[in-house]
Amino acid sequence: MMSALTPGFAEPVSGAQACFRLVLDAMARPGQVHALGGVAAPAPLCDAAAAVVLTLLDHETPLWLDPEAEAAKAWIAFHTGAPITVDPARSMFALALSQSVMESWHGLPPGTDEAPETSATVILQVVSLTTGTDFVLEGPGMRAPETLTVDGLPPDFAAIWRRNHAQYPRGIDLILCAGNQIAALPRSVAVRKG
Amino acid sequence: MKGYNFAYLDEQTKRMIRRALLKAVAIPGHQVPFGSREMPLPYGWGTGGIQVTAAILGADDVLKVIDQGADDTTNAVSIRRFFARTAGVRTTTATAEATVLQTRHRIPEKTLREDQIIVYQVPQPEPLWRLEPSRVETTRMHGLADYGLMHVKLYEDIARYGQISIAYDYPVMVNERYLMSPSPIPAFDNPKMDMMPALQLFGAGREKRIYAIPPWTRVRSLDFDDHPFRPINAAHPCGLCGATDAYLDEVVTDDRGGRLFVCSDTDHCADRRAAGHVGAQGLREAAE
Repeated sequence: MMSALTPGFAEPVSGAQACFRLVLDAMARPGQVHALGGVAAPAPLCDAAAAVVLTLLDHETPLWLDPEAEAAKAWIAFHTGAPITVDPARSMFALALSQSVMESWHGLPPGTDEAPETSATVILQVVSLTTGTDFVLEGPGMRAPETLTVDGLPPDFAAIWRRNHAQYPRGIDLILCAGNQIAALPRSVAVRKG
Repeated sequence: MKGYNFAYLDEQTKRMIRRALLKAVAIPGHQVPFGSREMPLPYGWGTGGIQVTAAILGADDVLKVIDQGADDTTNAVSIRRFFARTAGVRTTTATAEATVLQTRHRIPEKTLREDQIIVYQVPQPEPLWRLEPSRVETTRMHGLADYGLMHVKLYEDIARYGQISIAYDYPVMVNERYLMSPSPIPAFDNPKMDMMPALQLFGAGREKRIYAIPPWTRVRSLDFDDHPFRPINAAHPCGLCGATDAYLDEVVTDDRGGRLFVCSDTDHCADRRAAGHVGAQGLREAAE
């Protein structure tokens, strides 16, 4: 079966750079929501998730792909060359459409005390970053506690994140994507329900 | 520039550095290893900072590069020219105009803003290296947050000299978790790192490490309750602009003991003089 793949960034160099700067700013300032542009995402990915994938993934980054996102597999493989692994423990990134990835983080590596950077980064597609449940964030990157509104996180997300944050400096970093918007939750941040 | 990718580095290298930067931001003060590349200048000339700058720089950025506070020294001039040629970005000497600032051994006097990023060139990212030569051991110490060795060193300084004898590269605790080298900036600049509105990125090319401090993050210079941290500066006003709150360089002016103390931050000094501030040397010259 041959189906036409949609293109990646129209301008790969400037597209990836612009997207990276927004991801960097989102990671450095948790609670800030940024709008990305410029990618025609393959179903079922949203534009923001597709742009983040193009920006950060390549042949060096094993990806655990949510079975629900199977339809985007060929697009990701073609544009990034990322090896897609069925074993979450071997992945550097996870791309998830459903909250089920947060059930004990699916066995994704949290890193070690000596090399906490070997943890996985989860790119999670949610319903919305403008409406939904309020979460209050505190930690580096924020002068005062920030509020992040997300629709699509599990009801007990604050408790799930507390366990993740408690392992600091180990832990999972989360990039949330909805439509063309992104926000990030680095492991350094404490989250409570607003 | 023909024959090169935008900002010199290839896209795969930029992605690798970008991934390291995101981890570094997520774990403030932790040194993330990265695949440092050969650059068209030797180690020790800012290859780490250049690689970080190349990975973040976009066509709309305005770049400022300083070396010991000055925009017009060899290292600053050549790095600025490097990016002007390979990325075609606009460069500036004005701190307020820049979106990305690369620095060797100073933080500008002007308070940086939220929309700015400062990139430090780092020769030795490991704050414990003079005390413990083994990387395996220091990595373990960071893992356990066991920084007793550094406290003993500071204590021994006080016992021997009556004060902590570190004038530059003064160790800091980031987010109360990681001991970090602020790069060889004067201890005078350390307080500027604390709760800085701008994102701070650090690149060590030879040592192949990247680390970061997110904006609004607590950075504490190590000290003791009875020996609090004290930034050191020459006890003079700037000879050119009269500033009393800026870090000063000592310039030997003759062979009869003549000395001139001037702002190390050339942009700050020029701004002040343009605004009408005059120091002792300026007054002397005006009188002649």
